[in-house]
Amino acid sequence: MHAEVFDRFHEAESPLHRLDPRVKVVVTVLFILSNALLPDGAWAAFGLSWLLLLGLNAFSRLGADFTFRRSFVALPFALAALSAIFSPLGHPLATWTLGPLTLIPTDFGLVKFASILLRSWISVQAAILLVATTRFPDMIHAFEHLRVPGILTTIVSFLYRYLFVLTDEVLRLLRARDSRSAAEPGRRSGRNIFWRARVTGNMAGQLFLRSYERSDRIYNAMLARGYDGHLRTLNPHILRPRDWTYGAAAAILLLLIQLVGRF
Amino acid sequence: MLYSPAPMHIPDGFLSLVMSIIFWGITALTVGIAITKTNKTLGEKQVPLMGIMAAFIFAAQMLNFPVAGGTSGHFLGGALAAIVLGPWAGILVMTAVIALQGLLFQDGGLLVMGANIFNMGILTAVIGYGLYRGALNQNKTVRLAMAGIAAWLSTVTAALLVSFQLWLSGTSQLQIVVPAMLGVHVLIGLGEAVVTVAALAFILQTRPDLLDSKAVAEKGGRGWVVVGVIASLAAVLLSPLASASPDGLERVAKDMGFLHLGQAAPYKLLPDYTIPFLGQTALSTIVAGAVGALVLLGLMIVLGSALRRKVS
Repeated sequence: MHAEVFDRFHEAESPLHRLDPRVKVVVTVLFILSNALLPDGAWAAFGLSWLLLLGLNAFSRLGADFTFRRSFVALPFALAALSAIFSPLGHPLATWTLGPLTLIPTDFGLVKFASILLRSWISVQAAILLVATTRFPDMIHAFEHLRVPGILTTIVSFLYRYLFVLTDEVLRLLRARDSRSAAEPGRRSGRNIFWRARVTGNMAGQLFLRSYERSDRIYNAMLARGYDGHLRTLNPHILRPRDWTYGAAAAILLLLIQLVGRF
Repeated sequence: MLYSPAPMHIPDGFLSLVMSIIFWGITALTVGIAITKTNKTLGEKQVPLMGIMAAFIFAAQMLNFPVAGGTSGHFLGGALAAIVLGPWAGILVMTAVIALQGLLFQDGGLLVMGANIFNMGILTAVIGYGLYRGALNQNKTVRLAMAGIAAWLSTVTAALLVSFQLWLSGTSQLQIVVPAMLGVHVLIGLGEAVVTVAALAFILQTRPDLLDSKAVAEKGGRGWVVVGVIASLAAVLLSPLASASPDGLERVAKDMGFLHLGQAAPYKLLPDYTIPFLGQTALSTIVAGAVGALVLLGLMIVLGSALRRKVS
């Protein structure tokens, strides 16, 4: 199993990659917060947010359409917002009859739906850019600096580190199941769905025990190498004047976007 | 291919700011308590264990099984984690899993992560561990059955809560989102239940020491049973009500001031950009929401204890 399946970091030589991870985390959260604060239908401000994002994309030397190409992960969830179109709070635009249902799309509802989609779409791109330009351990370290409790960041670091190992374990289990489940072409192997789910449950139990016992061995190995409850990193993470400048510039731009969105 | 997003992770932009802040508050508080509790009861050895258990939950979510029509069910794991590791450790493990999914895979947003952790980590631990602990003194079959019910209920309750959050944020219409979410997750929950029961049965057979009744009981007090039963009852009572007569529920919410909180919040937070007014509005809405939640919680506790007395 290769790390790049999970690793979202994209190597490049750019000012955005060199920026302190704390600044990147804080600016990303501020950016998403700014999107949430923009009122529905503030198209100009949404456009400016997106332009800012495009600029940052270019700044990262990963290509201006880098996040755009990866931005459709949240799209299935748009189904949930679909019903906002028929909000009763606005002026009706039309009447659609679907069997027993009468659907009345309203202007207010349409604006709301479009705003929700835009907000979500722009926000998700900011998060994509963050993980593409920041190594995950550095990001976790940044959260530590930002006063996220140590036990949580340590658990997440372990999770990230052993994800690959346990994924290999899962692949072995799946391969074992496949090799024992011969089937004729076009016919599914195995019995009914409960039987299949039970097999999956046994695999989960097996995986649990292997992980549990592995964690014992890992802990002993770590103890032998001097583990004292802290994971260390070689990057010192000192905020330089440049980091402050970039952070402040981003904050001012976001403030301007807010002003545009409200007038 | 390896990692398919579960349909319950809310992305950024779908919840109103006030909803996000309220749930971040509740989640931060609960996770904070969980950290103090685990720090007190567990040694430093448990930290790698919890990290690897988080990786286990993540990896176990890749074990999918074909359901029907080309769809496949997969496993969320919150109930199983809470039963095996105890509720507090289970909450921390699920928090880590959801945080990683949100941060690394954009499966669930950052601003709404509080709500996601609450729905899939805290609620599932409350129901999963609470119900299982309630059946601890029974024989193995009853215990396993209870674990299955708990796993199913935790999935359905989380789905119900997601619908309410979407509705109170003004994103979805109640009469559409509740039946849709419940319909899907009633089925997904069945898969969750069977997998959880089978995994527990497997662990009971191979490492019974891990699921020793005394050890499980030590990880959380009786309070978990009460809260778990109340949360389950609330879900069981609310789901039919919400799907059968959403208008009634909507009116109750309107009377209690919830509806205003949800739907008006996003655009009234900064009505005239007068800063003092902003603070007042945002604060008062949040306080109103918190008071409403507390009243509801008190009501549920009274109801729960009354029901418990009747039973015993």
